[in-house]
Amino acid sequence: MLELDGVTAAYDSTPILRDVDLSVEEGEIVGVMGKNGVGKTTLMKTIIGLLEPSDGTISYAGADVTDAPADERARAGMGYIPQGRDVFPKLTVEQNVRMGETVNADSEETLYDDIYGYFPVLEERADQQAGTLSGGQQQMLAIARALVSNPDLLLLDEPSEGIQPSIVDQISDDMQAINEDLGTTILFVEQNLGVIREMADRCYAMERGEIVDEVGPQKLTDEEAIADFLAV
Amino acid sequence: MVNGLNLLFQFLDSFAFIVLAAAGLAIIFGIMGVINLAHGEFIMVGAYATTLANIRGGLPLPVAMLVGVAVTAVFGLVVERVVISGTVPNALSQRFLGRKVIEPLYDRLADSMVATWGLSLIMVQGVRIVLGNSLDQIGTPLGNIAYSGFSYSTYRVLLSVVALGVLALTYYVFTRTEYGMRARATIQDEDTARALGVDTERTYMTTFAIGSGLAGLTGALYAPTITMVPGLGSSFLVEAFVAVVVGGPSVVLGTTLAGGLLGAINAAVTNLFGTFFGRIALLVTAIVMIRFLPDGITGFVETVRERRQEGA
Repeated sequence: MLELDGVTAAYDSTPILRDVDLSVEEGEIVGVMGKNGVGKTTLMKTIIGLLEPSDGTISYAGADVTDAPADERARAGMGYIPQGRDVFPKLTVEQNVRMGETVNADSEETLYDDIYGYFPVLEERADQQAGTLSGGQQQMLAIARALVSNPDLLLLDEPSEGIQPSIVDQISDDMQAINEDLGTTILFVEQNLGVIREMADRCYAMERGEIVDEVGPQKLTDEEAIADFLAV
Repeated sequence: MVNGLNLLFQFLDSFAFIVLAAAGLAIIFGIMGVINLAHGEFIMVGAYATTLANIRGGLPLPVAMLVGVAVTAVFGLVVERVVISGTVPNALSQRFLGRKVIEPLYDRLADSMVATWGLSLIMVQGVRIVLGNSLDQIGTPLGNIAYSGFSYSTYRVLLSVVALGVLALTYYVFTRTEYGMRARATIQDEDTARALGVDTERTYMTTFAIGSGLAGLTGALYAPTITMVPGLGSSFLVEAFVAVVVGGPSVVLGTTLAGGLLGAINAAVTNLFGTFFGRIALLVTAIVMIRFLPDGITGFVETVRERRQEGA
């Protein structure tokens, strides 16, 4: 469904991507593991189209989207949840969700009524300004906003960053439920290994802008393989 | 009694003038981060188009005014594509030089000021060359309201009603329509808006056209009351800037409050000491505001609100 082939990208002070090959199959939850500053966010921004790769190709759903702007990729079915949530602080919770609904993807499809089933707390706070929510709630709102148009691929940038562990667990459960119920393919980057093991079917490891290892589904539960993986 | 009425009408008149002069500028500044120093010349385009359509084209005044608005909005669209976003020159240079030559002027305050100032010079001189030093003027329609010793132009009273209408409509557009939501989302976080599928280019284009259309409306409405010279825009620009500085970042609320405050100051001082001192009072107010409330009235309100939320 998503295929990166030799992607190289850099922009001002953002960390560099070097010759990244990566693929995600339909229905999978794929994690990319890496420490701060290895280029995880650069990777996500390049995939959604906020950064232009200087080399390589990105194909999505069988089409080459390397030169397509972000809004076009969003309408083609990619949903993006930026690092640090980035909700629109001065719009209400409901308006934030509606933003995702009105513009994401060309279809008429909306999951507006279903979304609050996953995140009931957002319904209680529908009229509140999004900037006043807690970190965990903002993360849920950012997920809801991306999810409401029923994207085929969700890109999730460090869902656990700056959020209480109990909420992190809840969010990874929610993501798995969403993957199961809606068939949404999920690609996420994370430095918290617990979250990766909890959520991912498959995982890449990233270091200094390069993909250095890949761990398959059977091995993600295997302690020894994980230890090897961590040693990279 | 007569003096009281005089003061009231003077206030309505100043309020309408400030709000109408500032609305287009405030929208373009608030949403795109572009300071349009050619704003006064956009008003001039509206006034000239209206006058030409009415006097030379023979169209009835209300229709001529709509022509003025439409011409200015389309002109604004062209300016946005050529000067502000650089899309047209970039497409050309991409074709002939193989690279882009212009970075868009969004959120580049100083750069956008220089570019639009240059544009304003070209516009004033261009109009002077093509149409001469002045145009015939449309007479002020609708006559006067008279009450014992007091008399005031009905048309100018109508203008204050229109000013309120413009504020209400702007509020509606930016809070209740899909375009308004996209525009606000784009200001708050452009990247995220794009990643959600908002065509931010089109949002900017629409915004600039709306702001220009409002400038055109101001020109059209004031065309019957002012002398038609190519430099007529400068008398609007000062008031518009003072209003944006005093009002702060919130487009509708800021413009309303600034219009109210400055209108009151201007009316009172003008009534006591004459027009000249009325304008000086506006500038003094702007200087005092910049010193004590650098983010304008709404910026101050915002800071207080944030502080209170943090405390809660």
